[in-house]
Amino acid sequence: MNVTIVDYKSGNISSVINSFNEVAKGKVNIEITSDLNKIKSSDKVVLPGQGSFKSCIDSLNSINGLIDTLSEFALNNKKPLLGICVGLQMFADVGYEEVESKGLGWISGKVSKIDNQNGKFKLPHIGWNQINIIKDSKIFKDIENNSHMYFVHSYEFIPKNKSVTSATTDYSSNIVCAVEKENIFGTQFHPEKSDKTGLKIIDNFINL
Amino acid sequence: MLKNRIIPCLDVKNGRVVKGINFVDLKDAGDPVEQAKIYSDGGADEICFLDITASNENRDTIYEVVEKTSKKCFVPLTVGGGVRSIDDINKLLNSGADKVSINTAAVQNSKVVEDSSRKFGSQCIVVAIDAKRKDDGWEIFTHGGRNPTGINALEFASKMEKCGAGELLVTSMDKDGTQSGYDIELMHKISSMVNIPVIASGGVGTLDHLVDGIKSGASAVLAASIFHYGTYSVNEAKQYLASKDIPVRI
Repeated sequence: MNVTIVDYKSGNISSVINSFNEVAKGKVNIEITSDLNKIKSSDKVVLPGQGSFKSCIDSLNSINGLIDTLSEFALNNKKPLLGICVGLQMFADVGYEEVESKGLGWISGKVSKIDNQNGKFKLPHIGWNQINIIKDSKIFKDIENNSHMYFVHSYEFIPKNKSVTSATTDYSSNIVCAVEKENIFGTQFHPEKSDKTGLKIIDNFINL
Repeated sequence: MLKNRIIPCLDVKNGRVVKGINFVDLKDAGDPVEQAKIYSDGGADEICFLDITASNENRDTIYEVVEKTSKKCFVPLTVGGGVRSIDDINKLLNSGADKVSINTAAVQNSKVVEDSSRKFGSQCIVVAIDAKRKDDGWEIFTHGGRNPTGINALEFASKMEKCGAGELLVTSMDKDGTQSGYDIELMHKISSMVNIPVIASGGVGTLDHLVDGIKSGASAVLAASIFHYGTYSVNEAKQYLASKDIPVRI
């Protein structure tokens, strides 16, 4: 099996690579590439994302044909895709970080700044927070409710259709921190930095 | 609920841990990778490496240490010490660091903070502030606490937030190494002034000091000696904080 981590110069993805290699341990082939043919032929795709919504979308757009290839992979061929952090946020129709930017539009919704309630909540939301699993998700197999995950973000994905939400976390409000829509998965937290529980989520995705 | 973080810090020189935990079953007490792994297995919420390598020839040793550690520890890794430029930050991140802490370079040229947070995202840019009491306030120092700057710490903290720092790592030089507790007033002043998380550092000698640090308003507490010398394990520290009703990840 081939799992491709999309390398589109979206910031630091070494931790994502390390964690997938750790879980795969040679049983699964992990590719790190933006090569369209390799993405097309892979079984699963991971879309990481660091920095701002706009910078990630711009980076995706800067590689000719990449968005079309990813859309075909996820929407037409319905193969499993996991978005992490801004990788998840980009599923939305629109994001409001820096300036208003168009997202991939795979899961209807928007990405807005977390309401810090006049400074009551520090931003970025950094650190370990518990996830409240509200829907059975394949990537949460053997993950206990209220498990701790590592977060670093100031913006949140607000989906139009609440049924895609598989987990939330409590910070200022109930923030959507995991989504599942058919073959499309996303986590706002960083499974690659969430120790053993995080690695289990990666393992679940690889074993889908 | 967001938990308060406990961050053990390891001083690394020429690729080796200088002050380290001395466990009998440790194969190589000077190996930063092995030490970091003990911390992460013990429940550390993050790991911090402070590179105190003095000579330029050995500067690259830290990249190898970071690379090896990031393949074994799956909690966030912050690396600081001698970070001068965007290129240094890029190299550390590519080696596997999740965050980079900038001290002297941030004081000398705040554009480094602006540019790096724009390029890599605020989430990975930590500004380290070394502050010492002076008159009614605090003055910041650079070059590992050797050079006074005449700059007021509170003003500098606020400026760094505006420049795009994702977190502030605040060390009290008066308290560092004394094991008499954090400079609570400093931590309180800075964390109530900025809207980004503050990591308290310098002076921890007992578990109550960690409690005081969190109560001062800091989001995370960093400590070196109490963990290095095995006085307490990270897990013991967490259990103690939990017993004082401070939310931690256990």
